[in-house]
Amino acid sequence: MDTKPLRLLIADDNDSDRLILKTILEKQGHVVFSASDGAEALVMFQKEAPDLVLLDALMPVMNGFEAARAIKLAAYGDLVPIIFITSLKDAASLADCLKAGGDDFISKPYNRIILHAKIQAHARMRRLHEVVQEQRDKISKHNDHLMREQEVAKAVFDNIAHSGCIDAPNIKSLLSPMAVFNGDMVLVAKKPADGMYVLLGDFTGHGLPAAIGALPASEIFYGMSRKGFTMQEILREINRKLKQILPVGVFCCACMLDLSFHEGMVKIWMGGLPDLIIFRTKTKKMERIRSAHLPLGVLSDEKLLLQLDVLHLDYGDKIYVWSDGIHEALNAQGEMFGTQALDQVFHNNNQADDLFDEVLHAVKVFTGDQAQDDDYTMVEVSMANEHEVFNDRQDEDEGFAKKLIVMDCTITCELRPDSLRTFNPLPLVTHYLREIPGLKNHSGKLYTVIAELYSNALEHGLLRLSSSLKNSAQGFASYYKQRTLALDALKSGCVTIKLNCEPLENRGGRLKIRVEDSGFGFDHENMMSNQLKKQGYSGRGIPLILSMCQSVIYYGNGNAVEVVFDWD
Amino acid sequence: MAIWSDETTDSKALTIKIQGRFDFSAHQEFRDAYEKSKDDPSEYVVDMKETTYLDSSALGMLLLLRDHAGGDSSSIRIVNCNPDVKKILTISNFEQLFSIS
Repeated sequence: MDTKPLRLLIADDNDSDRLILKTILEKQGHVVFSASDGAEALVMFQKEAPDLVLLDALMPVMNGFEAARAIKLAAYGDLVPIIFITSLKDAASLADCLKAGGDDFISKPYNRIILHAKIQAHARMRRLHEVVQEQRDKISKHNDHLMREQEVAKAVFDNIAHSGCIDAPNIKSLLSPMAVFNGDMVLVAKKPADGMYVLLGDFTGHGLPAAIGALPASEIFYGMSRKGFTMQEILREINRKLKQILPVGVFCCACMLDLSFHEGMVKIWMGGLPDLIIFRTKTKKMERIRSAHLPLGVLSDEKLLLQLDVLHLDYGDKIYVWSDGIHEALNAQGEMFGTQALDQVFHNNNQADDLFDEVLHAVKVFTGDQAQDDDYTMVEVSMANEHEVFNDRQDEDEGFAKKLIVMDCTITCELRPDSLRTFNPLPLVTHYLREIPGLKNHSGKLYTVIAELYSNALEHGLLRLSSSLKNSAQGFASYYKQRTLALDALKSGCVTIKLNCEPLENRGGRLKIRVEDSGFGFDHENMMSNQLKKQGYSGRGIPLILSMCQSVIYYGNGNAVEVVFDWD
Repeated sequence: MAIWSDETTDSKALTIKIQGRFDFSAHQEFRDAYEKSKDDPSEYVVDMKETTYLDSSALGMLLLLRDHAGGDSSSIRIVNCNPDVKKILTISNFEQLFSIS
């Protein structure tokens, strides 16, 4: 290893000295190129690209110092060691050798053992330099490659993770990734009937590893939202998937909102994100919801808890959800922005519509020119009216035209206590209706109708809950609590949903939806006339259904109802 | 950031101390601290007395330790947390998985 042959360039104007040196070096096994002055050495250097150069200091035409400078310049980034072999003895001249770019010097007359050792030492340096250079080039090439790949992947990722109706007028959101990829995601989906789902997720870490988990999460979120699954069902599925695919130690802090415009209500699930803030626009009061759950992807399905906070919202009330990046944004002194500073922004606010920008501005002023330390993400969701949010928005196309004709059939679905506790029939029913040509564009309306009828049958018919509870803001929460208790205690009874579909002559078709429960029924004649007079929404939501359908007729003692829906 | 580990003489408990910021840079050291323990300790103690901050990757590392220590049947105590550290653990509801004091 120590005697690996090298390509050496030597320059000396003394013919005999040059010949002796050449002979010695060739005997040591090296390939030697010789030049008789500096200028010739430079030409030879460019032609032969030697590994190492031995220069005499004093030569005609171009001396060793000039030659050393020129050779170092011509070598660009390569390390070509230059050793001066000189009869100069004074310290200043020897120092000049190094100043001119030489790496070492040997005084004449030289000892061939020392000469050999020095050549080998510098050859080692050169090899080391080559390895470093090679690795540097490799890294930079890999990096370029990786960046290109990431940019393409990011374009795909953005289409998946930040899609849906994130641009709805009641949503403001900010995602500011510190890397190309983001460990944070914001997903917004329209529910088939009234309202929307919002999910903010913050995966452990940053960049690509963090972003990967967002792909299945968003697929599940959008897919299940469209099909009418409940928030708990969606969260359970995302948790199950993440637990299955993510390595231990990688998880997703998340908050999901189920916003119902019609009822002025929000259901909230929080796992591992900082307190969510609800800002009451009228009273300027802040309410906090604390995370009560572990993040998604940590617990197995059986251990996952999905308790929701249910709150009433007035028109214009705002909900703020954020990743910890906002609270933990650092300033130049290494201090965190913190909860108190955040609260201050809310206290100082005059115009609720400016709050979102005020928060961002405050964080920006606080951090100054500090480089961003974490992904930070924030979403503001305002309570609005459905028609303001989804202005004539058509259902997203499923991607291919349905050629199947499901036109002339009846399906019946009977749910008994165990199914009523665990199974949500609405996705199944909605899925069926979407298969019927002409009904796809009405699926939102029909979802609302069936959801109303089903919850009437279950909650009022079977569980005998009183709808008047829902008249007050506080009542919301206790209503849902009672619902859970009653459902758990249910021992017998059933709800039957029957869909009958038939074509009409010359135009579209007719869908009959019959929902029946085994409960005691109610005074439907009296209630129907009252409801129509009041046009209120409390009770069984009949006016709402009537506004969408041809007819609503109660049968028996009020425990069966049939709705007729015609389409063109 | 620095990490020490200490086994009790009877090797029943392993204490891991973390000094300074507990973040991704501590990954290897933290892992070594429990993987290199010769015996299988029946209890792990993570001492945060001198821990100033932890980030989400630190939470991930704690979950890795929990997995190593037997998952649901593990016994891990996180002790001497300062208020900042405790807050981070509380937001993530880690008290459901670890005993925290």
